[in-house]
Amino acid sequence: MFGIDPITLIVALVTVSTPVLLAAVGELVVEKTGVLNLGVEGMMITGAVMGFVVAVDTGSPTLGFLAGMASGAALALIFGLLTQLLLSNQVATGLALTLFGLGLSALLGVGYPGLTPPAVADPFPDALSDLPVVGPILFGHSLVIYLSVLLVAVVWYVLGHTRAGLIIRAVGENHDAAHALGYKVIRIRLMAILFGGACAGLGGAFLSVVRVQNWVEGMTAGAGWIALALVVFASWKPWRALLGAYLFGGVTALQLRLQAAGVDVPVEILSMSPYVVTIIVLVIMSSDRSRAALNAPAALGKVFHATG
Amino acid sequence: MSGPALLSIDGITKAYPGVVANDDVSFAIQPGEVHALLGENGAGKSTLVKMIYGLVRPDSGSMAMNGAPYAPAEPRAARALGVAMVFQHFSLFEALNVAENISLGMENPPRQRDLAKRITDVSEAYGLPLDPFRLVGDLSAGERQRVEIVRCLLQDPKLLVMDEPTSVLTPQEVEILFRTLRTLRDEGTSILYISHKLEEIRALCDEATILRLGKVVGNCDPRETSAAEMAEMMVGKSLAAPARDSAEMGKVVLKVSGLSVDPATPFGTPLRHIGIELHAGEVLGIGGVAGNGQDELLAALSGETPTAPGSVTLNHEPIGNMGPNARRALGLLCAPEERLGHAAAPDMSLVENALLTARMRKGLDRSGFIDWQATRAFATEVIETYDVRTPGPDNAARALSGGNLQKFVIGREIMQDPKVLVVNQPTWGVDASAAAAIRQAILDLAQNGAGVIVISQDLDELLEVADSFTALNEGRLSNVRATGGLTMETIGLMLGGAHDMHEPDKEALHAEA
Repeated sequence: MFGIDPITLIVALVTVSTPVLLAAVGELVVEKTGVLNLGVEGMMITGAVMGFVVAVDTGSPTLGFLAGMASGAALALIFGLLTQLLLSNQVATGLALTLFGLGLSALLGVGYPGLTPPAVADPFPDALSDLPVVGPILFGHSLVIYLSVLLVAVVWYVLGHTRAGLIIRAVGENHDAAHALGYKVIRIRLMAILFGGACAGLGGAFLSVVRVQNWVEGMTAGAGWIALALVVFASWKPWRALLGAYLFGGVTALQLRLQAAGVDVPVEILSMSPYVVTIIVLVIMSSDRSRAALNAPAALGKVFHATG
Repeated sequence: MSGPALLSIDGITKAYPGVVANDDVSFAIQPGEVHALLGENGAGKSTLVKMIYGLVRPDSGSMAMNGAPYAPAEPRAARALGVAMVFQHFSLFEALNVAENISLGMENPPRQRDLAKRITDVSEAYGLPLDPFRLVGDLSAGERQRVEIVRCLLQDPKLLVMDEPTSVLTPQEVEILFRTLRTLRDEGTSILYISHKLEEIRALCDEATILRLGKVVGNCDPRETSAAEMAEMMVGKSLAAPARDSAEMGKVVLKVSGLSVDPATPFGTPLRHIGIELHAGEVLGIGGVAGNGQDELLAALSGETPTAPGSVTLNHEPIGNMGPNARRALGLLCAPEERLGHAAAPDMSLVENALLTARMRKGLDRSGFIDWQATRAFATEVIETYDVRTPGPDNAARALSGGNLQKFVIGREIMQDPKVLVVNQPTWGVDASAAAAIRQAILDLAQNGAGVIVISQDLDELLEVADSFTALNEGRLSNVRATGGLTMETIGLMLGGAHDMHEPDKEALHAEA
């Protein structure tokens, strides 16, 4: 159909989805502790520029990824200090963080557009990735993609099956009760915020170093916002977030190929299709309002002030 | 008393900006004793127990446990030394199940499956049945308290602190709780029991310390002291019970029939076939444990939840589909339970808050423009008539104490001369003298021919003010009964919250002892 090869489509799908997936999983953990960080877009783009700059300057993509995580976490730390210690409004602070990240990244990235980042080594030998069909789909990706799926599994297990996860959920459900029981609400939230920042930063670095292999100002183009929407529509469930991210990536990859194939559909409609399709599907999935509300952290976005 | 006290408190002082919560407080709790801490709201009881539980550190003074210095830096340290606490406002997580909730309150929780077994064992042994895998959000208030108690019992506490445990329980549930507490005491556990309900303290406690405005004003043996004497020590003056001359009922003013409403939230309660007939001059008391549909009923009466037009009628006019303002214009006014955020806007001044509900009936605006002079005059009038203690009408609602704000909220509605007034928990968290003033105001209103619905969990209050009584249980109303001649036992059965309770398993207790 339209000369589109399903195998390359699937490979592209995974690559396109991974930045959004990483950011969404990080934000999911943050929101499970009851904090709403709207600065995902800003942390992603800062991670993208820092990852790109460090990867180009040092020639090591691994250092680039680490720099992306560190810069995302650094930006998140600003958010954490403002909202958790100085009790600023989470929505306003998150929005400010996004604007700050967009501006900062434009400044840091001056002189870098057009440069080529070092190639990322594949973790599997050629013999495996050269296998027909399964080779490119299962073994042809960068290590970060495998890590992102592993991360989803780990987050799912920790949140649902460990004491640490129980404490995280408890803090997000009722911070006053958690405080009364002696849990360090602010410390737990700060750690989650840092984790979320690192995830978003890694997603951004992956975008610039692996997927696009270039630095363009404002290149995240709303991926951070899609990640935020994914968390809500996925009812704070990690596997659903993965499903939503892959759906988004799949439609994006498909519509790019449809555009290239010159299909007789207005480009505008094709370009908006990933956003529309993802949101429609997720709205339908989370349409059982009472069950979705059950999963939502009850203290989400509320300011915690330890009294007495 | 022989031997050192289990916990002795010596000269504890704790000040917050503008208020001394505890001023040189000293008392001692003996092993195996039920010790009452008695005082009005704001007397400093909660601050004191927070210090015992390690949530707050005292400014000066010392505590000792079994003779050794005791200064817990955090609740974990207090728990390790055998202090367990059942909170006034439950420290539970609605979206988690019973076992998860209990596990969060333990230092070294066993695996879920073993924990579930222990929860079942302990709860059976003390006559507090609990299913470890139910979501706490689906439990009644009484069952939630059981979760807290079982959580404490699993840690073999030496001292169990209970902060106003009976405020949400039916009389039968209170009986069961007392039986559990007496069993615990006989096993050697000390209990610090905090309350302002005198009869309960007389029935349960061995020793009482009375606090007023942060200071210890007396000690007594509650079994030998009358409730009136203790009340006088607690309040500092004697109180007059509210009264009115006669009860003459007029025609039906408010009629609710076949009212069913689905809840707005997953943990809300659906209302089912509610029927009410309220006469002019009548005070109808609606009892029931919180979470049985009180908020939903108030919302349906106030107009926040629109219903079918005919399901609510005011003087034979269908108003079920009208919003709050349209109902206010017709004379149906409401004072919801939650003062900050529902009955009043916390950051707005009293003048602005007066405008918010009285605009319509007092004509405080003209073609969209506010008449501030008239609004201020009205707010000042409310403040003066209802003895609201505040520096002036321009103070923010948030700055008032709970009792004063409640007086303002109730007074604001009453002074609009309602035909029907619906109040939810009119004296919740209000000290005794303010509560008496509010009840008197409700009675005076009915005396002047208005119909009043009082929704409350405080049965003593309902028996005091109401002409007729009905109970709300899981969104359904029981039959209406005249208040005269009702006993606590009948009321308890009407509340119906005790159907799943049974006697503690005596054999299990003996086997343990």
